[in-house]
This record gives sequence, C-alpha cells and structure tokens, in this order.
Amino acid sequence: MGLKELFFGRKKTSGDYAKDRLKLLLVSDRANCSPDVMEQIKNEIIQVISKYVEIDASGLDIQITQTESEGGNGKVPAIYANIPIKELKANNTKK
Amino acid sequence: MSEVIVITSGKGGVGKTTTTANVGTGLAKLNKKVVLIDTDIGLRNLDVVMGLENRIVYNLVDVVEGNCRYKQALIKDKRYPNLFLLPSAQTRDKTSVSPEQMKKLVDELKEEFDYILLDCPAGIEQGFKNAISAADRALVVTTPEVSAIRDADRIIGLLEANEIKKINLIVNRIRMDMVKRGDMMSIEDVVEILAIDLIGAVPDDENIVVSTNQGEPLVGDNSLPGKAYLNICKRIMGEDVPYLDLSSDGFFKKLSKIFKKSN
Repeated sequence: MGLKELFFGRKKTSGDYAKDRLKLLLVSDRANCSPDVMEQIKNEIIQVISKYVEIDASGLDIQITQTESEGGNGKVPAIYANIPIKELKANNTKK
Repeated sequence: MSEVIVITSGKGGVGKTTTTANVGTGLAKLNKKVVLIDTDIGLRNLDVVMGLENRIVYNLVDVVEGNCRYKQALIKDKRYPNLFLLPSAQTRDKTSVSPEQMKKLVDELKEEFDYILLDCPAGIEQGFKNAISAADRALVVTTPEVSAIRDADRIIGLLEANEIKKINLIVNRIRMDMVKRGDMMSIEDVVEILAIDLIGAVPDDENIVVSTNQGEPLVGDNSLPGKAYLNICKRIMGEDVPYLDLSSDGFFKKLSKIFKKSN
C-alpha cells in the first residue's frame, strides 16, 4: 500500500515487530504446534523429497496456513508446500 | 426479527462492557427495543457502566433459577424508554448458569426485543460458553496490542467452531498518534491479521473514563468515540456508514477507502 512504500528503507518500528511476531504466532497457535516443530517439519519434507528429485531451493516455499475444511464448516490448518523440481534423480525407480 | 449479539474478546479489559453499554444505548437511541444482559456472573460491571447499579432487585441467576420472572429482573433505563438491563449476580459464579438455561431465556426475550446484547466475560470457560450459546452473531472487541489480538484470534476460532457465522471486529482504543509513529499497529494491520470484517474502530479517549465515572454512556455525543459507537450501531442495523477519520489532520483519509469492503 502507498504509505508503506513511502517509508520503505526506514528502520523497523515496534509496530512492525508486533505485526510480524503476531503473524508467526497465530499460524502456530492455529496449527497447534510451535515454530520449532514447524521448522523440523519443513526440513524433513525437504529431505524426503530430495531423495527422489532435485529441488530448486531458491523457489522453495513451505508454510502452515489455513484452508477450508472438507465439510465446508470453517478453516483448518494445512501445510502448503511449493517445491520447484529441477530434475528427477536418475536412480529413481519408485512410482 | 430479533437479533442476539454476543460481545466478546477473550482478553479482559479491552472494552467489551463499555462497547455493550454504548452499542446498546445507541441502538435504543435509534428507536430499537434493546435488552443488555450481563453474563459475567460474580464480577458484574455492566450495571455500573450504565449507571444503573442502584436499581438492581433481581438478577440473571434469579431468573434462570425461577426465583422471579424475567420482567421483574429487567431494569428499565429511565433515560431511554426502549432500553433494559438484565444484571448479573455478584455473589454467585459462572457455574450457576448453563448454556441451555441461557438459550431458553434468550428465546423468551426474542419475543419482546429487537436486539439482545450479551456482554461476555473474559476467558474461554463456562462464562464464555454460556454467553455464546444463544447468540446469532458476535462482535469481537480487540485493542491493537499483541496479547489482545492473539486472544481475539483464539476467540474467533471458537466462535466459528460453535457455528456463529456472522463475526465482526471492533478495534478499540486506537491511538492514531502512535500509529503514525509506527508504535501501534493500525486498524488495517489488525483487520489483516484477524481476517474478519471490521464493523468499527473506536479511538482511545479520556471521555470514556468520564462517561464511566458518571454512569452515562457517551454514544451519539459529539466526541470521536461517541460518533464511532453510533456509527457501529447504524452498521449493525445494515446502514453503510463511511468510517470516521480518527486522526486530527486527515492524514489517514486514504485508509478509509480500504475499509469500504462489503459492509
């Protein structure tokens, strides 16, 4: 939004810290797991996928977010992972 | 068509009771028949904020226990003919009332009133469960502070889990001078984080303390909070009211466009 661009490059204010902290905090509150566990989940997902494909780490995006539940009765936490693949590994025989 | 609105927050001290008193009084000023119910059993405060503390004879617990009819417990506000208060009990606790009893009472009241406002206690235990059991919609009150917003988020989750679909946000005690300096999150920040529709923002104002001191809700007067509360009442009634410019120099006028969502 316009105002933010105006102030781009200035020091982070306490309000900015509050906002950033809250966003992280609410995601883990809603998913009912701590930020450390989330880090672990992320790293292990990367490890497993890397066994079969080569990942483009620069385009990697894994987050815990919210999505509509199957029954359509509210939002549930969900892991969203966008993992760009460079190429399949040569010794991959699994389907 | 009667509407039952619970005013809740999770966090204590953010302005639920003040909001209930002002929104209730405002709706009555706009000629609606309104009953305010203090569901904070054991720590009642709606009576004192309304200036009606000397008129209590019976209370909510008396009504659900059958010691009196609800009409005997309702206090009619002498300032507004359509405004009534059902006070809470000071010497009991939240286990004295069940969600089923609340629902039964509210169903009876629906026959008589346009709006039933339930002032919810802080927390997420029995008091909260009682208050939300009978509600059609919720107003979640928060201040632009980390702990209040975190608790509000939890409350929103619980409201949604309890099938209350219409949930609106009131951002209370906003200080535009601090927002300008970056030392307070803006209304827009709070709305973005909590992701529910805003219904109003009320500035922090000394006049609120004065109004509570005197037991006179200030809704509808010339102060900024007075106007803000009245606008909230109008939006509750379905009117599309533009948001007030809460800063003293019009700096944030452009932000009002961002709040013109579906409202």
